[in-house]
Amino acid sequence: MQLKSKNKPAKDVGLALAAATCTLLGGVAQAEKGDPGTWSFDAAFLYYSEDNSRVQAAEPVLSATRYFDTDKTLNLKVVLDSLTGASPSGATPSDGVQTYTRPSGKGEYTIQPGTVALDDTFHDGRTALSASWNSTLNREWSYSAALYGSAEHDYSSLGLSSSVSRYFNQKNTQLNLGLSFSADTVKPEGGLPVGFSRHALQAMGDFDAQYAASRNGDSDSKTIVDVLIGFSQVINKRTIMQFNYSISNSSGYLTDPYKILSVINDDDQDVDYGRNAVDANGLSEYVYEERPDKRTKQALYWQTKTMVGEDNVVDASYRFMTDDWGIQSHTFDFKYRWQFAKSYLEPHLRYYMQGEADFYYRYLTASQFDAQFDQLDAASADYRLGDLDTITVGFKYGRTLHNDKELTVRAEYYMQSSSGENGIGALAQQDLYLDTNALMFTLGYSL
Amino acid sequence: MPETPIKMIRRPLLLIFCLCLLPSCSNLGVKPHQRGTLAKESMQLVSDPIEVGLDDHIYFSKEATSGGRGFGGGGCGCN
Repeated sequence: MQLKSKNKPAKDVGLALAAATCTLLGGVAQAEKGDPGTWSFDAAFLYYSEDNSRVQAAEPVLSATRYFDTDKTLNLKVVLDSLTGASPSGATPSDGVQTYTRPSGKGEYTIQPGTVALDDTFHDGRTALSASWNSTLNREWSYSAALYGSAEHDYSSLGLSSSVSRYFNQKNTQLNLGLSFSADTVKPEGGLPVGFSRHALQAMGDFDAQYAASRNGDSDSKTIVDVLIGFSQVINKRTIMQFNYSISNSSGYLTDPYKILSVINDDDQDVDYGRNAVDANGLSEYVYEERPDKRTKQALYWQTKTMVGEDNVVDASYRFMTDDWGIQSHTFDFKYRWQFAKSYLEPHLRYYMQGEADFYYRYLTASQFDAQFDQLDAASADYRLGDLDTITVGFKYGRTLHNDKELTVRAEYYMQSSSGENGIGALAQQDLYLDTNALMFTLGYSL
Repeated sequence: MPETPIKMIRRPLLLIFCLCLLPSCSNLGVKPHQRGTLAKESMQLVSDPIEVGLDDHIYFSKEATSGGRGFGGGGCGCN
């Protein structure tokens, strides 16, 4: 097997840009090329660990690229994902002990006062396979086509995408058009919960009937169509820039089947004002979330790379996203690569901020419950749909080994900070917006 | 009142149109023999595709936004 050279310049910047600009479902085709008839392999292992014993994940990746003719490549990639722990259920902390039913309906778990509800037995695995083909048609056109499939025990996805690129101005300008289609199936443990239905508790005398009443079928589906229009422009000998506009339309079952909302006593004359609303048997009331069945997102993306000094590279990008759920977000990303003789060091800073969705509620009230939520079409307490700021700081170190193999080590710290309105009454004493910090460690190896 | 789709995309389209005028600036770009620096792997817009894929998956599952650089797509339950 002939190894590709990491220091070899790409023969065709245009093709490299095409591969970089139109990615497949979050993955990206290889940007550089080797000699025809050769393979190259890249492997990585990600370890992700949140504090407070929440989500822990391990994710190995293997990518193989076959170089056919001068401008044709086939990339195959497999990703395995193993995780334990879940994100918070959405229920609010309380000054009393709280008990919840596991999603499967079998068993329950108890949360101590002042603690966010987490089902700590949650575990999942994901296997994802993708194949992408990149080729030039002639001096002015290139295209790519890709297939994607992934499976989890309660979720599966099939996707295909394609993009075409047209070069102008001696390949200093490149226009890209990409289309992607994904068909996903959700098959939650315990079946599909009915939105706004009551979360059945094991202590209920008629638990089985209550649980069955909160379910409607076993599985549902959603489709996602993405369109991406972009162009890249060589500015000068040291700077390149790209702009993308993308629109993404999701339809179908967009609800998170494992998320619930607490129902809070909003009678300010009651001694339990701000505590969990309870039924006649003294059992707390929680209901399943419900999201709209359509979502349209639009994003603008700008990226610039420029070389400074001898061989150092500045990589800066900004993304603006807005959708019809009322969410807007801004993402700033900055990397600076210090190049040394056989190695490099790359500090990284990322800042992300989003505003809450129109239907984000940290909790619902007993009044709304009694009115059977007739004023609400959708509601979710998922913190990922609330006001959220995140910061990622870290660095990457890369070193070229003998025979042009490259080893990279990356360590990053990810900080999430949620915010929102304080609760009413007794709820105001609780920390409703728990911050999360995570360590991300990635080991990469290319040959 | 919710914005109509046309109103939603009006501003982005206007921006895209303006950006598309940029290439017409005659002083942008380089001759083919001046591409040495731009052809380096570190200068590719995506120089580490695996890293980008891992990051996209993490942020997809932790934030409300995905895509932009590439397709947002689906592919994950991410509960």
